[in-house]
Amino acid sequence: MALSKVWVYAEAEGGTPLSATLELLTKAREIGDTVEAVFVGADADAVAAKLGEYGAAKVYAADPGQTLTGVVAAAAIAKLVEEHQPDLILFAQSYDGRDAIARLSVKLDRPVLTNGMSVGVEGDNVTVGTAIFGGNLLVDTTFRSEKPYLAAIRPKSFAAEPGGAGAAEVVKVEGFDAGRAAEATVRDRHVEEREGPKLEDATVVVSGGRGIGAPENYEPLVEELAKLLKGASGASRAIVDAGWVPYAKQVGQTGKTVKPRVYIALGISGATQHMVGMKGSDNIIAVNKDGEAPIFSIADLGIVGDVHKVVPKIIEALKARS
Amino acid sequence: MNVVVCVKQIPDPATPGSLDSDNTLKREGKLILDESDSFGVEMALQLVDKAGGGEVTLVSMAPNNEVSGLRTALAMGAHKAILVSDDALAGTDALGTAKVLAKAVERAGDVDLVIAATESTDGYTGTVPPQIAERLGWPSLTYARKVEIGDGKVTIERQTEAGYDVVDASLPAVVSVTAGVVEPRYPSFKGIMAAKNKPVDQVTVGDLGLSPDDVGWKGARQEITKVEPAPARQAGEKIEDDGESFQRIVQYLENLKII
Ligand SMILES: Cc1cc2nc3c(=O)[nH]c(=O)nc-3n(C[C@H](O)[C@H](O)[C@H](O)COP(=O)(O)OP(=O)(O)OC[C@H]3O[C@@H](n4cnc5c(N)ncnc54)[C@H](O)[C@@H]3O)c2cc1C
Ligand SMILES: Nc1ncnc2c1ncn2[C@@H]1O[C@H](COP(=O)(O)O)[C@@H](O)[C@H]1O
Repeated sequence: MALSKVWVYAEAEGGTPLSATLELLTKAREIGDTVEAVFVGADADAVAAKLGEYGAAKVYAADPGQTLTGVVAAAAIAKLVEEHQPDLILFAQSYDGRDAIARLSVKLDRPVLTNGMSVGVEGDNVTVGTAIFGGNLLVDTTFRSEKPYLAAIRPKSFAAEPGGAGAAEVVKVEGFDAGRAAEATVRDRHVEEREGPKLEDATVVVSGGRGIGAPENYEPLVEELAKLLKGASGASRAIVDAGWVPYAKQVGQTGKTVKPRVYIALGISGATQHMVGMKGSDNIIAVNKDGEAPIFSIADLGIVGDVHKVVPKIIEALKARS
Repeated sequence: MNVVVCVKQIPDPATPGSLDSDNTLKREGKLILDESDSFGVEMALQLVDKAGGGEVTLVSMAPNNEVSGLRTALAMGAHKAILVSDDALAGTDALGTAKVLAKAVERAGDVDLVIAATESTDGYTGTVPPQIAERLGWPSLTYARKVEIGDGKVTIERQTEAGYDVVDASLPAVVSVTAGVVEPRYPSFKGIMAAKNKPVDQVTVGDLGLSPDDVGWKGARQEITKVEPAPARQAGEKIEDDGESFQRIVQYLENLKII
């Protein structure tokens, strides 16, 4: 039996819904009779078509102005919940998603289940699955609270597939009050340039770890190979913490989950906290000079070798082909 | 300026974790200061220093009156601490934790700013800081990679997917900081000695005016219904590099039609 009403907190970047949002809508279609979205941003009409295509019948939309998005989302949803009584609201485990679910949980006095990787429905019971201890143990937790249930789901937990109808109907939400929380004002946005696909959307991900030796090796080894394969570059936490590359590149428990067709790990040992973020990849290739490195236990093709010797040759061979 | 820092005391993340019979994280033995919170402590010390005076108060919720992690932060220079410890807290979730910590902040008195980490090392829900803010009715500025105070306002650089945003709000407010915002100082010998005599106000759930039903398993209103090992992924082929192994990778990519 499905739930009667499932909501998705929708996010977008430059008028395009995030893949995490489309993943949640796809799941919502499977577990809910009615699927609706809540969107907080200036361009609701622009995102409504895509949200509809992935299953949202309606989009409740609020314009945050300069206020922090998640804060406005929490206040808007709190008002909407009273009127429409959804059974379950799904959020992405994202920056704004976490702000929104956190504030909303206090407003509604409901527990939150976070870092979800699966959602199961049996009758009225909703269960969220998470992985703990670096992904070694899977834990299912079932809500025992009043509805609506609130869950934050890690991106890449579900596939995104279109299957809904036409554009979602946009319903403007007004007349809510976020109180002093609304003082959090965005004065300025800095967008850093990105070449190639986003890490979480790329078909190929090439990641570097401490084994690449020095920060100046990241560009010629990791980024260059990623570029030649039209992929994205990622990293282990060791080199993010060391300040070699920005946090946005981190793959793993406290970074991103990726599920590309091919994941190439260069000089990464394969700590459980790293592997939980990439072991869902279709194919895994690893280059590591230590034949005992744990990464080889999940690699489809493992090369026991020095990245400084192996990788430049791959790059050379790829360049020779193009 | 008075700053409260939320500091979580956790089992050493270097040792493999395990579950108790009631499926909560085992928290036996000595707990340590969550490294994520050492950045908040350092940030608070610097902000109070810049403001030319004030106090840094730590708040922590931990089992068995655990103070080891608090002593580390006190040795770094924090002035005093409020520790909430109570058998009724077993099983408390993020919302319950926020209810407790918000009350502890109120107990700290005249507070301008609350600092927490973006997410804890062992729980990593990342919801507690905005939940505390909502309980207090204050703004929350999250994922800060830079924090400045001036003119009764807090201004941060907020990490985003695409870069960062500059966000501000008036005080009092809650800020969550990312790792690496500042370089946490090492406690000096003098600091460690001084920490032994700094006041730790030990309180229970009742002292904070909360009901035991707000916290613990009852307040969490959720049940762990299944625990099982994650399925293992099979290892494939492993070869020693002989100078030509790069060709195997190229071939592999070719077979997948990636190139
Ligand atoms: C709570 C918690 C959360 C964490 N979250 C994450 C996370 O999200 N993501 C993450 O990645 N980590 C995470 N970690 C850290 C994780 O435990 C590891 O410390 C980290 O992944 C190690 O990174 P690494 O493999 O680059 O470095 P190392 O473990 O130091 O491995 C370097 C590897 O490079 C190899 N090597 C050295 N030189 C060469 C060479 N010339 N050629 C080829 N190979 C070479 C070595 O054999 C070694 O295997 C977390 C840890 C904790 C406690
Ligand atoms: N029990 C606790 N005691 C003190 N601070 C906490 C506690 N739990 C969470 N926090 C604070 O909230 C942050 C985020 O925690 P979490 O939401 O569990 O990821 C932590 O890094 C701490 O700063």
